Amino acid sequence: MNHNTTITKRDDFQAWFLNKLLMGMTWPEYMRQMITPFNVAAAIILSVGLPLMGLRYIHGLEVVTDASNEYPWGLFLGWGLFAGVPLSATGFVMATAYYIFGFKRYKPLVRLAVLAGFLGYFFAVIYLMTDLGRPWRIYYPMFVGFGTASVLFLVAWHVATYLTVQFLEFSPAILEWLEAGRTRKWAVMITIAMTIAGIILSTLHQSALGALFLLAPAKMHPLWYTSYLPTLFLASSIYAALGMVIVVSTLSAVFLKKRADDHFLGNLNELTIGLGKGTSIGILVYLALKLVSLAHGDAWGLLGTPYGHWYLVEILGFVLLPALILAVGVKKASVGLVRFGGFHAVIGVILNRINVSMVAFNWKLPDHIHDIIPHWQETAVVLSIFTLHILVFRWILVRMPVIYQDQGFK
Amino acid sequence: MSLDRRQFLKTVSVLTGSAVLGPYTSALASGEFHGWPDRYGMLTDFTECVGCRSCEKACNEVNHLPQPEVPFDDKSVFDTQRRPTAHAYTVVNRYENTGDPGKPIYRKVQCNHCNEPACASACPIHAYTKTPEGPVLYNENLCFGCRYCMIACPFYVPAYDYASAFEPRIVKCVMCYDRIREGKIPGCAEACPTQSVTFGKRSDLLKLAAEKIAKDPERYIDHIYGEREAGGTGWLYISGVPFEQLGFSTDLPEKPMVEEVKGFLSSVPVVFTVWPALFGSIYAASRHHEAYTREEMQHQSKEGGKEK
Ligand code: SF4
Ligand code: SF4
Repeated sequence: MNHNTTITKRDDFQAWFLNKLLMGMTWPEYMRQMITPFNVAAAIILSVGLPLMGLRYIHGLEVVTDASNEYPWGLFLGWGLFAGVPLSATGFVMATAYYIFGFKRYKPLVRLAVLAGFLGYFFAVIYLMTDLGRPWRIYYPMFVGFGTASVLFLVAWHVATYLTVQFLEFSPAILEWLEAGRTRKWAVMITIAMTIAGIILSTLHQSALGALFLLAPAKMHPLWYTSYLPTLFLASSIYAALGMVIVVSTLSAVFLKKRADDHFLGNLNELTIGLGKGTSIGILVYLALKLVSLAHGDAWGLLGTPYGHWYLVEILGFVLLPALILAVGVKKASVGLVRFGGFHAVIGVILNRINVSMVAFNWKLPDHIHDIIPHWQETAVVLSIFTLHILVFRWILVRMPVIYQDQGFK
Repeated sequence: MSLDRRQFLKTVSVLTGSAVLGPYTSALASGEFHGWPDRYGMLTDFTECVGCRSCEKACNEVNHLPQPEVPFDDKSVFDTQRRPTAHAYTVVNRYENTGDPGKPIYRKVQCNHCNEPACASACPIHAYTKTPEGPVLYNENLCFGCRYCMIACPFYVPAYDYASAFEPRIVKCVMCYDRIREGKIPGCAEACPTQSVTFGKRSDLLKLAAEKIAKDPERYIDHIYGEREAGGTGWLYISGVPFEQLGFSTDLPEKPMVEEVKGFLSSVPVVFTVWPALFGSIYAASRHHEAYTREEMQHQSKEGGKEK
């Protein structure tokens, strides 16, 4: 008798869980709705990139990266870590605004921001592990050897801790999805502590990513090398996060409209304008710091060189211009313009990180520009990881209460 | 054991920020450390080098490195500029001699065994050690292959074994540490048929270099490369032509590279102690404000009700 109940219970659980995963559809139904142009494209990309990542375990890193003795770091870190981490400051910035500073009206976006942050860090670690020579030793800085004078040591610890913090911050959504009310209560209670921990860890590792390059003064172009690098990286991560919330919420509202509720869609236009305002102010603060660092570095003379022109393209076209677009958008209350400005600002931050980590680094070497153009293998692997990132993001958004509120847990 | 514990406590204090209570101490980050007094170094005299590549050959043999693709007596390697690789600790390059075009200059390249090595400051796992004897050593058993040491080395020395799937490692000159311990001299210095590569105490080599320059100011330019560059290196160089003509970086800071990040590192404990207090109070204030507004609103709606 007793025995029987356990079996039914387990069967019940399996059925219930499968139902959760397939969102109430049967397998055939589920598979049929999976065949979309986007998914087909994703499958093609993955079918190239994933085997390459496997080959790396036969022929070494040189299969997937064109990193060399002069250029130890390439696109995996330039894109995945140096651009990925500031764009993932979303969780830290929105949670701080909402929980600590009391910007309560942003509630419909907080979970989305935390999820974007968590996944951003998670995939930054994936990019890092793709680049490491011995990724299975990833925990070494925590338990085996301590390079206390190393900035990378700090980054390693903080990214690992912060990944955990963000998981905890997002856990209420997972627990609601799994209908685990009691555990959820506990998870909610630690939110404030987690948010403050997030502020500490984020301010330090966002700036630490800039500080990494301070160790190589003679290899960096003087226009990008400045003792302000940590400050600049931190300041730009804050507006990058706000811009990224515009990007992610726009994409969710366009492509997952059916999964979003009124709480999210109904407030989005107004909140987007608010985010646009925040982003443009953030950019102006950053721009001011950037000018101070330029004056301080005394590298004005180099503005007339080709690198100087590129520097001006970055500052004028990808920092000042998005700030202006956003300002006009906010003034005219044009959501479309603000969204455009948000995307533009985000691209500007990516450009800056690529410039610091790839263009400015080793600028004196002959053939430099030629040498930093990634090979197709490296590009294919980056595209694959990025595709996985989007797929996982979507998988969660269509299931867990992120852009809709669970009625039972409002 | 007790050392491990100290290291661990230091780690914890850096991470938690309690270091703000005591001086931020780390042999590498402290700046008080000016190197072991009796450490060894090497002196390369470019005016003596004839480009015979005997040092390359000897290095390959004593360190049991793989056979090179091009034999050591083949001079065609000089047609391109080479660098140390995963298979070679040291290489010799040829440079045009602007003063005497018929007599090219040869430059031997290898790890400089810096006084305060940037590679060691970079490594998050402490895989590098500046030994009291002078050589900078790398421990492959600790390394996870982030290659930050390669980014940091101002001399483009460490090479990486990108072709190995499971045991990729950093490769660089070890100044024949084991031979030094046995009382022998490094393979390259022993093999050099001229007076080009000399081994000795760094302090003695500095004196020797200065004497050589003073005795023959026609032959040498008045600069000992490595005396101060990047905080000083264990390997020193003297030359008859300016060092930039031989591909040396001449814009390196005189401070060790780690100085550039000290300011940042010292802000870490501050953030750990100040931030919780600061954001905790902001949180408290905004909670208070919220509660206050809520009360106010309730109050008003009550009064409104009364008026009706
Ligand atoms: S030359 Fe480079 S690898 Fe050698 S000790 Fe100095 S920083 Fe380290
Ligand atoms: S590659 Fe290895 S030795 Fe170099 S910094 Fe990274 S962990 Fe340390």
